[in-house]
Amino acid sequence: MSIHRQYELVYIATPDSTEEQLADLQQQVATVVERFSGTIESTEPWGRRRLAYEINRQREGVYVLQVINGPATMTTELDRRLRVLDIVMRHLIIRVDEAQAKEIRTQDRRKAAFVARRLRRGLPAEPTEQELIRRKAESEDSDGGADFGGEGDR
Amino acid sequence: MSDYDNDSRGGGGGGGRGAAKGKDEKGGRRGGFFRRRRVCKFCVEKIDYVSYKDVKLLSPFIPERGKIQPRRISGTCAKHQRALCTAIKRARTLALIPYVTD
Repeated sequence: MSIHRQYELVYIATPDSTEEQLADLQQQVATVVERFSGTIESTEPWGRRRLAYEINRQREGVYVLQVINGPATMTTELDRRLRVLDIVMRHLIIRVDEAQAKEIRTQDRRKAAFVARRLRRGLPAEPTEQELIRRKAESEDSDGGADFGGEGDR
Repeated sequence: MSDYDNDSRGGGGGGGRGAAKGKDEKGGRRGGFFRRRRVCKFCVEKIDYVSYKDVKLLSPFIPERGKIQPRRISGTCAKHQRALCTAIKRARTLALIPYVTD
């Protein structure tokens, strides 16, 4: 049993590839993932996009993003496969679980610090509704929209 | 404090220590030309993960030439500059952002 991690796979197919070919490509990826007992979490086709620079004399590409769970050996196999296929112009596999966990950790820590700060000042942990309304009015004020004159009346 | 400010501006920056890090974040740059207060965009907006997929987020850090904007100009903090750098490089391989533009 190998450790499963989460990866993001983005590949760019040639613009002249047909729907069929794209479906076939997706199927190939799915079979590889399945073979390593991984799972495809989500598939997000970005569709046709302009490339920032030419690849193989093409100015456009069909982008597909997939989030995949699986072992590290799966990514090497996927990498090898995708490199062989002519229809795929570029691909990128990136591990995301660690970065995601880190993001959540820092957000939690920030939240905790926020609550601690408020409690130290003798305020309730969560901002009250009044405060939220006031803050909203202030931000709108600074934007220039002075419709809310609610600064004096708290 | 303000006296000192005036001094350095009038006298052409006596000490000439233009790039003291702590100072930079607080006030403007002393000496040289005027520059607005620089703050790390990612710290201010509380962005914890710089995604390579978000071209809109990355594009302000790529000047016309296509190079990655240095920290001393954009004001990004070290931590976020590192994250930004990898994000830009990833976006470049996916042709979301150009390597060079001329």
